[in-house]
Amino acid sequence: MSAFPFLGPIATSIFGVAVAITVIGAVIAVFTRRIIRAVAGLALCALGLAGLYYFLHSPFLALMEILIYIGAVCVVIVFGIMLSEPDEPALAPAGRRELGWSALALAVSAALGGGVAYVSLHGPWPAPAAAAPAGDGSVAAIGSALLTTYSLPFELISLVLLVAILGALVIARGGRGSA
Amino acid sequence: MNPVLFDRPGVYLAVAAFLLAAGIFGLIQRRSLIGMLIAGELIFSAASLNFMALNRFVAPDPAVGQIAVLFIMGLAAAEVVIALSIIIAVYRNYRSIRVKELAELKG
Repeated sequence: MSAFPFLGPIATSIFGVAVAITVIGAVIAVFTRRIIRAVAGLALCALGLAGLYYFLHSPFLALMEILIYIGAVCVVIVFGIMLSEPDEPALAPAGRRELGWSALALAVSAALGGGVAYVSLHGPWPAPAAAAPAGDGSVAAIGSALLTTYSLPFELISLVLLVAILGALVIARGGRGSA
Repeated sequence: MNPVLFDRPGVYLAVAAFLLAAGIFGLIQRRSLIGMLIAGELIFSAASLNFMALNRFVAPDPAVGQIAVLFIMGLAAAEVVIALSIIIAVYRNYRSIRVKELAELKG
């Protein structure tokens, strides 16, 4: 395959590290009490996802994942935490209902995730099409597709972002008359 | 017929399924609005990873999935901005973003 002897095991272990970072980040994002740690977990999860995108032959999306999720989304959420309250309330000590609720949440999500994971691990995934792919998936191909085939969704997403900015300003600014 | 670990679509899809499960668990179990927002982001990430995995392994044109994931990222960013502004407005009115205390519309 290549002149370098241990390329396969090294690549596999790097892939394992990316998967582990993603999973650990998701667990941190969901299970911690303090919201700021949950945001840190989300950032960790995004970092692992960037690694997975790299293994999926898309370094452009890996860069975008880090740029948008860690650089924009997590920072905005941190600002939101600073402007509201930082912590979840502690669990009520005699919270029998709360415990039942958590157990229900765990059961539902475990059933759903386990089912989907089982199907995706055991399903017969067709081999990639033997014919030559239509494009090479490079950044140039993405750019030309965005400006030709997908120009309508591209313009629509810019409109959505504009409306989101204006809406966020209107909602969060608070009128003069509000308390 | 046993390719290396990172050339199997099932592995990526299983990771995406785990992200989906974690997101749904967080959505049900979290008791503050920002925690639920973070869980929703996990679900967005799961969808993106599914798109990219199927794009890499079964789609004929490798640019389509990347464009779809770019659109998902844009929508996720817009959603976070709107949700956070609503959360801040709620906090300004109620002095709390705990889900239990935002029950004014409850009959």
